Amino acid sequence: MFETIGNILAPLTAILIHAAIPLTIILVYALVAIWGERKIAGFIQDRLGPMRVGGFHGWAQSIADLLKLIQKEDIVPTDASRFLFKFAPFMMFAASYAAFAVIPFSPEYIGSNINVGVFYLLAITSILTLSVIMAGWASNNKWSLLGGMRSAAQMVSYEVPTIATVLTVIVVAGSLNLMTVTEMQNGNDILGFLPNWFIFQNPFLIVAFIIFFISILAESHRVPFDLPESESELVGGYQTEYSGIRWAMFMLAEYADMLLLSLLGATLFFGGWNSPFGEFMAGPFWGFFWFMLKGLLLVFVMMWIRWTLPRYRVDQLMHICWSILIPLSFVNLILVALWEMIF
Amino acid sequence: MVNPIKEGWLTFKSIFTGMGITMRHLFQPSVTLQYPDEREELPPGARAQLYVNIDDCIGCNLCARACPVNCIDIETVKATDDVDLGKTSTGNPKRFWLTRFNIDMAKCMYCDLCVHPCPTDCIYMVPEYEYSEFDRSNFVFHFSNLSPEMVADVKEKAEDEAERKKKEKEEMMRKKAEEKKKKELEEKKKAAEEKVKKENETNDKGPENENSENDDKE
Repeated sequence: MFETIGNILAPLTAILIHAAIPLTIILVYALVAIWGERKIAGFIQDRLGPMRVGGFHGWAQSIADLLKLIQKEDIVPTDASRFLFKFAPFMMFAASYAAFAVIPFSPEYIGSNINVGVFYLLAITSILTLSVIMAGWASNNKWSLLGGMRSAAQMVSYEVPTIATVLTVIVVAGSLNLMTVTEMQNGNDILGFLPNWFIFQNPFLIVAFIIFFISILAESHRVPFDLPESESELVGGYQTEYSGIRWAMFMLAEYADMLLLSLLGATLFFGGWNSPFGEFMAGPFWGFFWFMLKGLLLVFVMMWIRWTLPRYRVDQLMHICWSILIPLSFVNLILVALWEMIF
Repeated sequence: MVNPIKEGWLTFKSIFTGMGITMRHLFQPSVTLQYPDEREELPPGARAQLYVNIDDCIGCNLCARACPVNCIDIETVKATDDVDLGKTSTGNPKRFWLTRFNIDMAKCMYCDLCVHPCPTDCIYMVPEYEYSEFDRSNFVFHFSNLSPEMVADVKEKAEDEAERKKKEKEEMMRKKAEEKKKKELEEKKKAAEEKVKKENETNDKGPENENSENDDKE
């Protein structure tokens, strides 16, 4: 009797713990990143950013914001499709969160060590597009719908160069399992001191990384491709009708998406949890440290770009994607494949 | 036809130039003043709030007359002879009780025109700018340091003295008038006597003069 209960409870507990680790990381990261983004915005504009809440440089600002958002009224428009309207933000976050299952956070921890890791990740993040359309449609507001359609168009378009550049790395690595991909980048052999990261292994992978980075900026709705929200002119696009905690879920999903794609970039191009100093400072915890550091550095670059570049027009956005990035990424894929064949 | 390589190079160059600028600003000290915690020192001559050093005021009303918006309201009462109000720090003797010296900062337009006419330099702007109020009437600043009882007392005294002085004056006037009357009477008497004398004399002289006198009268 107890054995059967144990047989059920033990894997359940394991699943819950494994599920809780990425969730904790996302939530803590989101709190820090929102505060960090406001601080970086402030510093870049020679301001100070939030300074009041919590003492040192307003570190509790995002907690205060979160409490405020929780207390707000949960407004559903009269003629909205209630279920879909309420469900969309949670589905969006679920899609981002589910993708974290295949991210190898450290040599000892990966949510699910499956052989189709990257494929699973790209497939499940496509649900983001779906939830954006769902939110826009269910709001029963023409502006929300238009915003949702624009976002969907943008995300679907930019998925192509993202996938093409991820494919470039997969061609080099020969595996879809992100843990294997990371393990392949172990060691410091290039030119005698550079780590074996893919970005240093092949000159065409630098081009691939640039295309990948531009695409993930658009995928995660960051400036200069933040047309879905364009807070200065669209007032939120598909988020127009959302308020309070549901809007906070959108924000959380967006930040989680940003981290997810940055971590994917760190895994594919910058050696994942591998230390840049070979065996020095390597190990499960250092691995986690290096991995998060690389991911957060990419997130920082995203924020840095946000306060540097203006927004593209929607036709320019599509032009960049379809007539520059997609041809370039496919040509690059062939060149990388040739390089792999020759060397 | 644009050169795609050149265009691409230019794009990346401009993006990295911009990012270099923002990175430089990231490490520049901020210009923010954490206002309630730290305050900027106002430059000399800043016009923020009017202040009156009431001990130096001689109640000359020059500032109130200079004010273009009539925001200064002064009421003075002349000091009685038995009190000595002393002198201002500039040496001017004080002759008035300042029973009211109100400045309505809600009306004030910070033109500084009241400051310069002051002979004792007792009205001036102070660098105090945080005096917001919920009620507009709180913007009236009272500078007189006399208590209401004192004011009443001083006024009464001044009135008494004024009355007394008036009476004295009237008395004096009356005396003067009496004296004048007396004098006039005496003069009239004298004149009359003289006339009589003269007449007597002319009568003695002859009738020609009398005739000429009659001609003049006509």
